[in-house]
This record gives sequence, C-alpha cells and structure tokens, in this order.
Amino acid sequence: MVTQRISIDPITRLEGHGKIEIFLDEHGEVANSYFQIPELRGFERFCVGRPVEEMPLLTNRICGVCPEAHHMAAAKAADAVYHVEPPPTAKKLRELLYSAFFCADHATHFYALGGPDFIMGPDAPVAERNILGVIHKVGLEIGSKVIQCRKFGHAIIEMIGGRKVHPCTSIPGGLTKGISEEQRSEIERMGRWLVEFGQFSLKLFDDIVLGNQEYVDLIFSDLYAHRTYSIGLVDENDKVNFYDGKVRVVDPEGTSIGKYAPAEYTDWIAEHVEPWTYLKFPYLKKIGWKGFVDGKDSGVYMATPLSRLNAAEGMATPRAQEEYERFFDTLGGKPVHQRLATHWARLIELLYAAERVVELATDPEITSPHVHTLPAEKPTEGVGIVEAPRGTLTHHYVTDERGILTKVNLIVGTTNNYAPISMSINKAARGLIHQGTVITEGLLNRIEMAFRPYDPCLGCATHSFPGQMPLQVTIRDMRGEVIQVIRREND
Amino acid sequence: MEEPFEPLIVGFTCNWCSYRAADLAGSLRLKYPPNVRLIRLMCSGRLDPTFVLKALASGADGVLITGCHPGDCHYVEQNYKTLRRYLLLRRTLRGMGIEEGRVKLVWASAAEGLPLVQEIIAFTEEVRALGPLKWPQWAEQRFQEPEEGIIACSVESREVSA
Amino acid sequence: MTDSAKPKFAMYWAGGCGGCEIAVLNVHEKILDVDANFDVVFWPVAMDAKTRDVEAMADGEILLTLFDGGIRTSENEEMAHLLRRKSKILVAFGSCACEGGIPGLANLSSPHTLLDTVYHTITTDNDNGVQPQHKWQAPEGELRLPAFYPLLKTLDQVVQVDYYMPGCPPESTQIAAVIELVIQVLHGQATLPPSGAAIGAGHSTVCDECPRTRNVKSIHQFVRIQDLDHVDPQICLLEQGIPCNGPATRDGCGALCPKAGAQCIGCYGPAEGVIDYGARLMSAFASVIDSNDPEEIERILDGIPDPTGQFYRFNLSKSLLRAGKPAWERK
Repeated sequence: MVTQRISIDPITRLEGHGKIEIFLDEHGEVANSYFQIPELRGFERFCVGRPVEEMPLLTNRICGVCPEAHHMAAAKAADAVYHVEPPPTAKKLRELLYSAFFCADHATHFYALGGPDFIMGPDAPVAERNILGVIHKVGLEIGSKVIQCRKFGHAIIEMIGGRKVHPCTSIPGGLTKGISEEQRSEIERMGRWLVEFGQFSLKLFDDIVLGNQEYVDLIFSDLYAHRTYSIGLVDENDKVNFYDGKVRVVDPEGTSIGKYAPAEYTDWIAEHVEPWTYLKFPYLKKIGWKGFVDGKDSGVYMATPLSRLNAAEGMATPRAQEEYERFFDTLGGKPVHQRLATHWARLIELLYAAERVVELATDPEITSPHVHTLPAEKPTEGVGIVEAPRGTLTHHYVTDERGILTKVNLIVGTTNNYAPISMSINKAARGLIHQGTVITEGLLNRIEMAFRPYDPCLGCATHSFPGQMPLQVTIRDMRGEVIQVIRREND
Repeated sequence: MEEPFEPLIVGFTCNWCSYRAADLAGSLRLKYPPNVRLIRLMCSGRLDPTFVLKALASGADGVLITGCHPGDCHYVEQNYKTLRRYLLLRRTLRGMGIEEGRVKLVWASAAEGLPLVQEIIAFTEEVRALGPLKWPQWAEQRFQEPEEGIIACSVESREVSA
Repeated sequence: MTDSAKPKFAMYWAGGCGGCEIAVLNVHEKILDVDANFDVVFWPVAMDAKTRDVEAMADGEILLTLFDGGIRTSENEEMAHLLRRKSKILVAFGSCACEGGIPGLANLSSPHTLLDTVYHTITTDNDNGVQPQHKWQAPEGELRLPAFYPLLKTLDQVVQVDYYMPGCPPESTQIAAVIELVIQVLHGQATLPPSGAAIGAGHSTVCDECPRTRNVKSIHQFVRIQDLDHVDPQICLLEQGIPCNGPATRDGCGALCPKAGAQCIGCYGPAEGVIDYGARLMSAFASVIDSNDPEEIERILDGIPDPTGQFYRFNLSKSLLRAGKPAWERK
C-alpha cells in the first residue's frame, strides 16, 4: 500500500519537459519511480510525403542542440537511399564539421551541466553549484575559454554547414559546397586551440575530481552503477568514430557480441512502449526486453560516451588514446559501469574530436572542390547511423521511386538511454530515501546526479546563469495533504 | 429528413469574357443552377491562389475559374499565368486533402453564353458527386477542448495519403 | 545574483527543438550584457526557477519573455497563458511560435495517425497496441501525461503576442541586435517598434540579401538539387531550376543558405504583407514557368514532387487551410 508520493516536476536542464514520480511504500522505502517524458511531435509521421533530400534539413529540427547529428545521420541515410557514395572530400568535410560540433557540445555539458557537481561538490551550496561558481572557484578565464570553445565550434560548423544552427549543405551524394584554403587555415588554427582546450579540461578533471578522494569514492560507489550492455560506433580498427563505421555491442563483462552495419540495425534494436510516457524504450532484440533490470540477460543497453569507450578497443588519435588507457587503468579495467565516470569519458571524447579536427583540417584533400557525386541509381531505402554526443543515432528511410518518403524510423540518441536513465534514477532514489530520511537539497541533487551523466538531449546544453536544477519536492500523505515541501532556493 | 446536398461554388469570372458570357446567358434566359456565386475579376490573371484557398477555407465546396481562351486575353498573356497557377494550386490542394475535382479552370469567350452555362451545370454535378467539403465545420470540430483523453479529436481527419 | 532593481527576463521553450535557445547562447559574450541588464527569473533549460515562482509573481512583473516552440500539448498552452499574464512584453520567438515551424507539418495528419505511426514503427515491439495514456493507473499510483492537441497552434492562436521574431532559428546577429535595442530602450535611448511588428528581421525578401545574380527567369524544368551535375555558384538558384523559397520569404537571415549553395527553405516566414505564404510562393513560381502548354506545364510541375511541403514547410499552422485555428477567426 502506497502512503507517500514525491513529484519532481519539471526537471530542467534535461529537456524542459521531464518529470519524476517517486512512490514510497508504508515503510517509507521507495516502492518505484517513474521518469515520464510528456512530449511528442511526430516526425516519423509528418516526414512521410517529403522528398528525401529535405531530411537533412527537416530532421535538424528534431533537436536544436544537436542538429548536426541529425543532419549527418539524415545525409548518410539519404546517400544510402540513392546507393550513392559521396566523394572522399565530402565525407571528410562532414566529419570535420561533426568533430567541431562534438567539441562545442561536450564542453558545454561538462562545464555548465555535469562538471559543477564535481568542481563545486555535490553538497555545495546551491548558489555555487553552477558555471558561475565554477568560474569563481577556478577563475574567470574558464568562462571565457568555454565561450571561446563554443564560438570556434560554431564558426567551423558555419563554414562547412552554411549556418551555425541547422546546417544546410548536405545533400544526397555529398555537399553543396567545399571550403577555401583561407577557411581551411582558419579551421586548423581553431582546431589546435581546441586540442589545448581538451587537454586543459582533462587536467582540470584530474586536479579537481580525481585529486579528491570523496569524489573518487562517489565515482566508484555502487549507487550510480549499472551493469548493462554498451554500444558505440567503431571504425574498421574498432576505434571510436563519431561519423562512420559499424555499431559494436559488448556485454556487461566487456565481451563483444557482434557488430552491425546500419542496414542491419533492425536485427539488433527493438523498442518497448509503456503507457505512462511518450518516449519509447529501445533494447537489444537478441536479448529481449526483461524490464528495467541490469545484467547480461536483460536487453537494456547504454549508448553514451562511457559506452562508446567500453565498446571500442581504443581511440584513433594519439593523445586521446593515452587518456583512454589511463581511464581504464584508473577505474580497474574494461568495461566501466560506474555512470559518473561518463563525465570523464566525455572529456576524452572532446580531446579526440579536437585532434580529429586538426587531422581533417590538414588532410591534403580537404579543399578539393569535388564534393558531390551524382546519384545514378533509383532511390529505394537506406539507413544512416552516427554517434550523437548523447548516443547512437539511427535514421531509416523508405522512399518511392521518386525519392519521396513512404516510411521513416528514427532512434534518437538519448532515447537509447531511456531505460538506463530510468533505472539510474530509481536506484539512486531507493538508495537515498529511506524511512525517516529528511529530504534535503543535497539529496535531491544526488538523485539528479544519477541522470546528469547521460547528458540527456532535447535538453539544451546551455550555459547556465545561476545554473542549478529547479526542483521542488512535495511530500504528501495518503490523503494528499502536504507534509513537507522542499525547494531549491533561487539565488 | 436530410436535405439533399447543394454544393456551394464560388466562380471567379474574368470581366472581358466569362462575366459577359454569364450576362449573355442571363439575357438569353438560360437557366443555370444557383449554386454558383460569381465574383468578377478584371482578368483571370488577377486570381491569386489566396482567393481559392480562402473560398475553400470559408465553406465553398468547389471553385470555378473562368478566363478568356488562350490567345484572347484582354491583357495579352495573363490567362497563361492563370493556367500555370491553377495547375500548381490543384496539386498543392491534393496534398492538403482536397480533391482535384473541386477546382476547375474553364475558358470561355463573351459569346459563349450557352457553353458557359453547360460548364456550370456540369461542374455543379461534379462537385455534388464529390460530396460536401464544409471545411469550416470540419476544422471547427478539430478544435474541441481536450477532455480526459490523450488525443482530443474524434473527427475523421481528411488524412493526406503519402 | 538577483537584483530587484533590474527588469526581469524570461525564456520558455514549448513544442520546439531548442535551437532558438542555442541561437540566443550563440550571441556569445553578448549574453553577459543580458546578465548585466536583466534579472533572468525563469529559463527552465538554463536555470532553476520553477513554474511556481512564475505563478507567484505579480501580473506583468516580467518585463520581457521570449517564447519559442509551438503549442502542441495542454502543458504548452498552460505555460503560454501563464507567461502572457506575468509578462509585459511577450515575443513569439522563432518559427514555431510565430507560424508553427516544422512541427506544424503534423497538421496534415490526424493525431491518431501520428501516434499510431510512432508506436508501430518497424522496430517498435508493440503487439498489444500500447499507447501513451492521459491518465494511467500504475500499481503504486496514478500517472498523468499532458493531452496531445489535435493541431499544432502558434503562440498568437492562444494568447495575445506583442512582437514576432522570425527564423528557424533567428540568426544570432539579429538576436544580438535586438538585445542591444532593448537595452537602449531600457536606458531611454531608443523606442520599441509598434506592437505586433516583426523584429530582428527585414521588410523585404531573401532575394534582396542574396548575392547571386538574377536575370530574367524562365523555368523549363524544376530539378532536385542532388540531380544537378553542376550548380553555378553565382547565379540565382531558382533560375537554375532549384525550387528556392526566397521570393516569398522575409529577409534578415543574410541569405545564408543560398550563399552556401542550398535553396532557401523559407524558415524566416512570410515577407511583409503576405496572408498565405504558400499562395504567394505558388504565384511566384507559376509566373516564371516558361510554357503555355498544359501538358508541358504539368511535366515541369512534376519537378516539385511535394508541393504541400515545398510551399508550406514552416507555416502550415498559419495557412488558410491547415491552420492551428480557423482562419475566419483571425482579425
């Protein structure tokens, strides 16, 4: 018999439209919690009837925080629909844009969303646990660096993609334009700065997080650990790649159970529906949906920076590779299941992305004007997969002989993680709330820390002002009378 | 007892030809159904697609556009523009869920009173066969306040098929 | 951090994608000017004020609220009404709030079909036909979701709007200019435009800002951009047969897409004075088709396989036929 209910509504800095309902039983223990997504727009329906070359433009609008991810997945799916291979320069330019985007996006999450928990501490006063607190603690220079990182990232996106938000240059077969030598040189310069910024961020993490035993204990604690499958896109050497490759799936012990090409994704991924939320729950088809549980027999998987590092055999660039090795050495080997370690994994990816920017910007082919291959075959069906910062992104299109869409299926980054996020919240709530527990602000934050590592998208990874999550916890008794209301105070 | 459906048709007529033809039909005492309400334009080329859309959105079941025969336009070439706009508009309307047969372009000269009347009679029957459009009433029903359901709409959607 | 002497600012994201919020952040250092001149009191994606805090404010207490995203659910509408009450100046920010945006394309389908499609995709394992419920009894208690409206509405179809800032998203340079204007107004150095105006945008069309050379247009075919062996970087895209929405679209974006070799898709909304954007664009395209023969015209028009999407991509919610609100109710 349920006696109490805790509603956390709305969650923010996640996607303004999420809420958590925690039910307590008569012993004051958590009976269950539900993480509901109250939003739907219907892209899988209203894109039907549209020409496939518009998909890189239409699907941008699925998410304005990571339109670059949708743009690339759509571009690759459209290439596949036309059975056309873009010229090498086009692929490299797309990956270059994409790597710059990863730098900006990962930096924003670490400094404004996830990082403050560590840099300031999970129990730090609410007023300080945000980007401003970070700046006060470690210096104003940090704020300018983060703004600079975003500025550079978006400048590169605009040079190749045409616009800063919602790029417009990918078409089936390649791009509408290339870059000049002047632009290339500018991108290289920015890329080198971004590499330094990546190294700076990792050093910051070392000093502030890994140098603090309390945080290390937090990272290693079981409260935030889940033993699930991990997936991630890898290149032909099984190294992490954000733009192209196959999806590798490893079990909770780190053994690969297979690698699938985009066209094979329906053999691997299925989605489960619950009546209490608009969002679906993807799971591994070969294992099956067993509910919100951990383990090798459960089809629940994660798709995050942490899972990408677990699912790969290394990083394709030298400095990031060093960090990759150090990461697993420190955390006791592969795979790592402590979800808080995702924040660290994210910074390693930032460094990789920055190194990739420089690699691609100095590639001899990058300024070639040959950026489009004319499609020669009739359009039919195609799948495009990229890694969005928040997880593996799959676009699947079926068209008629004119290239007009008849069917669309999308499995979006954060959606992959909906089950593990729900489980993480539930576990944290169960671990933290017991009979007689006084619900404090710090406790609320520790529940939030359960989902923050996933960097749930559709949420705007933003610079925050006071920058903490607005939370209100209302505790009611059986009759609905309010017993206690705890709120985060505004600064 | 249900009344038989009487289509409401808006007719945009060109001053120099079809409007005069309609006048002629009148003076010849040719009967034609009252379903068509005529609006005079100085030229069929004056027809902005907005007029057609507004007519349909306001409750017309069909729209008839009449202009001078190709080559006879009082303003030389504008009826060709009408032709192109009409062909494009029809396709767009189909994509919006409105049957192509509800909008028709007809050429007539000032002397063609009887042929124009025959066209009007024919088009009225074509629209009658398609049934009522009644866009405002249908749209109104889609705006019901949501009650307890997830979806606050029980009205058939005029779904646009891909 | 709060300074009650500073005027209050809020930003809210309804049924949209968040691109508008990112565009605001892309003003980079200018965001510090916002911080210096305003007390940011409600911005759910950026800071921790709650709906309850807004409810506790006096009517009109917030000086300026930017509202992006369309009205898709009952929750979106509740927030629109709340923020209208509490704000002096409410701006419909971005294409979705102004005219429905890309999510407005959903107005071509019934909500039943939308939900049916989403919950029965090729990878969705749903033999029992489960669909989200407005109210659902979990073993532990009742769970609720907001209602999904039959149509996507624009902000001004539910509340009175003071200004419109078009764009998907509005370009950051324009946002910075508007921020600067508002700060000047605060200091008595400038006045706001008349209520109901479009701000942060031009009064002409994208063609005016586009650097491509325009000659006499005579279209013999419309082409799909991927089917062109070579697109001339100097010449008007429409003249090359690529359906570019520039002629009916408001300027202010800098014609970034045509500059990058891609056609304008119309994200800045209708040019000034246009009632139905699609009608205006259809008229423009039809006028430049170079043929008088019906069969040939039809063949040319086959080059635009999706006219509804082409002509109403961003503004179905404001169209005469598939609007979020009956057209005859508008002023």
